[in-house]
Amino acid sequence: MNRTVYISETNCITPLGFDVANNIKNIENGISGIEKKLNRSLMEKPFYAASIDENDLEIAFTKIESDSNFTKLEKMMILALHPMFKNHKVNSRTALIVSTTKGNITALEKNSELEFQKSTLYELAKTIADYFGFTCEPIVVSNACVSGILSVAVAKRIIQSKMYDQVFIVAGDTISEFVISGFNSFQAMSNLPCRPYSKNRDGVTLGEAAAAVLVTSNKENAKVIILGDGSINDANHISGPSRTGEGLVRSIESAFKEANIDSNKIDYISAHGTATPFNDEMEAIAFNRLGLEYVPTNSLKGYYGHTLGASGLLETVIGIASVEQKKIFKSLGFDEMGVSQDIAIIKINENKAIRYFLKTASGFGGCNTAIVFKKVN
Amino acid sequence: MNGNVVFSSEEPEFSTFSKNAYQNFEMNYPKFFKMDNLSKLAFMGAELLLGGVIDNSNENNIALNFSNKTSSLDTDLKHQNSITDKENYFPSPSIFVYTLPNICLGEISIKHQLKSENCFFIFEEFNSEFTVNYADILLNTNKADQVLSGWVDYLNEDYKAFLYLISKEESATIHNKQVIETLFNS
Repeated sequence: MNRTVYISETNCITPLGFDVANNIKNIENGISGIEKKLNRSLMEKPFYAASIDENDLEIAFTKIESDSNFTKLEKMMILALHPMFKNHKVNSRTALIVSTTKGNITALEKNSELEFQKSTLYELAKTIADYFGFTCEPIVVSNACVSGILSVAVAKRIIQSKMYDQVFIVAGDTISEFVISGFNSFQAMSNLPCRPYSKNRDGVTLGEAAAAVLVTSNKENAKVIILGDGSINDANHISGPSRTGEGLVRSIESAFKEANIDSNKIDYISAHGTATPFNDEMEAIAFNRLGLEYVPTNSLKGYYGHTLGASGLLETVIGIASVEQKKIFKSLGFDEMGVSQDIAIIKINENKAIRYFLKTASGFGGCNTAIVFKKVN
Repeated sequence: MNGNVVFSSEEPEFSTFSKNAYQNFEMNYPKFFKMDNLSKLAFMGAELLLGGVIDNSNENNIALNFSNKTSSLDTDLKHQNSITDKENYFPSPSIFVYTLPNICLGEISIKHQLKSENCFFIFEEFNSEFTVNYADILLNTNKADQVLSGWVDYLNEDYKAFLYLISKEESATIHNKQVIETLFNS
């Protein structure tokens, strides 16, 4: 089972740009995709969100495809994957993983049988798979807010076991009345752009994005090695994290054990940081339990909001750019330490060589995922 | 269960059927009644397989490897109905939280204190090959000692749960696509 598994291609479609370079440029300049919105079809009162402009998306999409009979999410996902097929072909040893929480859930608003079919996640995955000519049945990972990063673990595992040689992952979710009304009913929405780990944080800002990566056993053009992973449940509560961070601690421990490293090797943590009081506090406790409190850490939610099933993969894509460009980015929205145990939140952009980086996420249902990546020399 | 009928009921409605089953097996877990239909279905299946087997005084590294066709659509429709009419707008956190298919994994994990690997997949039909392979990976890489694997799908009173428990020793001999496919269809 000791096949090395790499990530060799990355891309993302976000409010900050439709490729990695533009996203990094905006992040470096401290620009956030979060804006104040007034859209009564989504919510009665004004709210903050990071959404993708429909016109910009349309312009980008028509450059690659004349058929416009796709949903917003499908266009985002196709655009995210599209550049990867310049250099890669699909064969019988190639899989597609689609990561999403709610997919085309807005189809339910139309209340018809046809639209109902469109709302299913397997139909979404089939649309993407057919577009690119995948021959294997697509695999959908729908595991709340860890879906995006868990997909990377799943891809690595199915390549390691020789089920497949390469796996394309696309992760995406969009902003909908469905999701806004739900988070609002939990009183989990921030009144201002979200402020991860800050004293005055008051909840999430929602965002939308698609991200894609190619996970492969082929070392050519590899950016990082997927060294170890863990995805362990808190077994504590379905809508809140464990106060002790137990599941996250165990997920990180499982990833470290497989990677055969310990905490002092980690150069950078791309954390979850949703800016809800409980999530951020839980992460700080978990990182302290593992001696990771001195490792430079950020949450990218201040740039993108919480993009749900896309977030873990989007943040991995940006983390890999950090590794390649030797730059770590400030955790936007942070003001004053607002968690009970200190962690090393990145306050200004810095140049830093990264050999090992840790990505973590946690979500509803008590799920957690951690992956250790290593730079390819 | 294991080829035997352990409970049957002519009740046409799942809510009554599940309540009767709960009472029949003396599950004694009031939280059951707060769950959505998918979680109730998954919970009952897990309860039958794990209830008598695991020793709660020790930690059990039993991973959960579940899939279905319709995700959480049954509850998604309930949440959608609560927001469609602006004059009658009543989104509820206790419904919204169940609009994710993996919540049922959380419910099972809490009941049996499984701090273990878990993942929820969606396929158009039960994918025996993937289900078997993914469970084997978890066992062979020592991510889990046992895996509770299978299919739980619920939409508008149409439902099916098929679950099995597999250990590393068993996986080498009896765990393959054909066996699981046959069991699923039996």
